[in-house]
Amino acid sequence: MSVAEQTPEVRVSQPKMPPKRNGRWAGYRHLLWARMLELKREPEVVFWVFVFPLLLAAGLGIAFREKPAGASPVAIVAGAGAQQAESLLENSPQHGSFKIEVQDDAAARKGFRLGKYDLVIKPNNAGGLTYLYDPARPESVLARSEVNDALQTAAGRKEVIVTSEVVSSEPGSRYIDFLIPGLLGMNLMNSGMWGVGFALVDMRQRKLLKRFVGTPMRRGDFLLALMSSRLVLMVIEIGLLLALGVVFFNMRVLGSLFTITLLGSVGALCFGGVGLLTASRAQKIESVSGLMNLVMMPMWIFSGVFFSYERFPAVAQPLIKALPLTALNDALRASILEGTPLLHLWPRLLVMASWGGISFLLALRWFRWT
Amino acid sequence: MPIAIQCRDLRKTYQGKVEAVRGLNLEIQTGECFGLLGPNGAGKTTTIEILEGLLEPTSGQVSILGHSWSENSREMREWLGISLQETRLSEKLSVRETVDLFASFYREPRSTDEVLEELQLTEKADSWVGKLSGGQRQRLAVATALVCNPKILFLDEPTTGLDPQSRRQLWDIIREFQRNGGTVLLTTHYMDEAERLCDRLAIVDHGQIIAEGSPADLIERLGGHHVVEFAVSSNGNGPADPAVWPSLPGVESVLESDGMMALSVKEPHLTIPALLDAVEKQGSRLEHLSTRQASLEDVFVRLTGRHLREE
Ligand SMILES: Nc1ncnc2c1ncn2[C@@H]1O[C@H](COP(=O)(O)OP(=O)(O)OP(=O)(O)O)[C@@H](O)[C@H]1O
Ligand SMILES: [Mg+2]
Repeated sequence: MSVAEQTPEVRVSQPKMPPKRNGRWAGYRHLLWARMLELKREPEVVFWVFVFPLLLAAGLGIAFREKPAGASPVAIVAGAGAQQAESLLENSPQHGSFKIEVQDDAAARKGFRLGKYDLVIKPNNAGGLTYLYDPARPESVLARSEVNDALQTAAGRKEVIVTSEVVSSEPGSRYIDFLIPGLLGMNLMNSGMWGVGFALVDMRQRKLLKRFVGTPMRRGDFLLALMSSRLVLMVIEIGLLLALGVVFFNMRVLGSLFTITLLGSVGALCFGGVGLLTASRAQKIESVSGLMNLVMMPMWIFSGVFFSYERFPAVAQPLIKALPLTALNDALRASILEGTPLLHLWPRLLVMASWGGISFLLALRWFRWT
Repeated sequence: MPIAIQCRDLRKTYQGKVEAVRGLNLEIQTGECFGLLGPNGAGKTTTIEILEGLLEPTSGQVSILGHSWSENSREMREWLGISLQETRLSEKLSVRETVDLFASFYREPRSTDEVLEELQLTEKADSWVGKLSGGQRQRLAVATALVCNPKILFLDEPTTGLDPQSRRQLWDIIREFQRNGGTVLLTTHYMDEAERLCDRLAIVDHGQIIAEGSPADLIERLGGHHVVEFAVSSNGNGPADPAVWPSLPGVESVLESDGMMALSVKEPHLTIPALLDAVEKQGSRLEHLSTRQASLEDVFVRLTGRHLREE
């Protein structure tokens, strides 16, 4: 075999500029910076991570805001006795809480079916009244008892026990107060899983991971940069949601910002670890999407994001409490709403740390760079 | 001169059944530009990725500048500039940011601006990768390989999909790198590329090297010097008898494709008159006749009976 006999000179590639030397953390810094730039330039990310939770919180907060119990719409079926019932109600002390309409039987029933009326009052032949109400509809039950009280008092019933009332609509006990920490937890889960899992599989599919592995890049630095980018986003996510709660819904944040941020960090890292594990081998975006939804679905439902998990049967409680999102939501609520100090939250932190830590270790074992 | 890349009896079997590489030996000298030439699925990418330390071979040894991947791979990666067959770099980063990112992984990278200028990407330095043309992306991929100031450049089909002008530009860059003492291993489908760029090349088929040498050497040894192509139509006397052609004087081999006969010959001035006689004797009519210099394509067809790029 004839080998071209040439004598290449020693490397003469003379860089025109003096060579720069990279320090130990140059790769990490650039990876983190590149990741942040990419996220910033991706409108979908900005929407789903920042705008969407705010819209959700604002929408739900407005829909479930505490309104002075509005006047209950009540229909009285026209006929003998209708006139009398109406004037009794009009003259009762509670008359402000009803909106009375006199309708014929069919229209009243139809209106009741469609939810237009909470209650239908029908004078009967015996000179009394019949209430048509739906025990499954809280507002219907309420209307029935209020109307009954009003009619009875107006007709001369005496109260036997003297009572007085205090109205409670304190910040801290409203639905929005319950909701915002839950949304915060859910958002940290969603963006942690997608931000790590999706990004990794996407890079694997694009053969970018393989290309990175072909350089002296430290693999640990790469994962560290990915996790760090999650922490940066986490701070922004928490800040925005809490600000929304405080500014628009008068929410009171009792826990210290330090505690909340620390809880957020543990949560973000925990879900980053779970995301890493989910994405450790998948080659295709489609397969990892399915897998991630499978992992997150139970937590959306059971972990008390939108409503308390106490509603689920007692046997399921220990399982529900072992879910990482339940732990995060509980810890966030305890800190934000009750000001529980960090030290008392250790069982919840332990749950998150275990999920995150075990996932991370398994992911490192199974992770495929190519 | 030390050996830059060496591999012995390299084998790679995917999932226990697809034998992509079957006993491949290579020895590439420092300062050489070496080409792996072969059709789709020949095992070029598999081979080059094993040499780059990105794939584990099923068996066989690899040594890069005297080191093996199991010893100190991190140090070895400082020496290699790699461009994979298909890498989709992040679309939302600019050209400069991308090159800077890759530069940051190396201890002593070259300056980004210098590399961008060399690859004529300075104008596009601040454009997002997603907005680049195919050729510009290819050049960017090479830029990420060159920015580390490598000793060895691995390029997997660097010019596929480029227009002729961009291909020439890239060849110039590769030559420049080589002139400065660098070693290049590239894979390609293109004969002309291999012929002009490579000092030596290996023709790979079904995971094995079927011929190796300098382009001129291979053509001389295996292609004959000239190729006589012709087509005949029978004059109603039945088809021309194909047994005649190999026995013509000076013919080394005969190939037929799509009714066109191709004879590899040493001395066309002896073969052509004999060919015309034979055609006349058979009562056939000559439809086409041309001669040309043999090329690598002929070498490949001669070796495998197939064309390198099945169009
Ligand atoms: N990950 C894989 N799993 C299974 N089979 C594979 C894998 N990668 C490649 N192969 C098979 O190995 C053989 C060689 O593939 P390789 O990519 O090395 O060919 P190539 O010469 O680079 O082809 P091309 O010119 O198309 O790039 C092919 O038959 C291919 O199908
Ligand atoms: Mg290939």
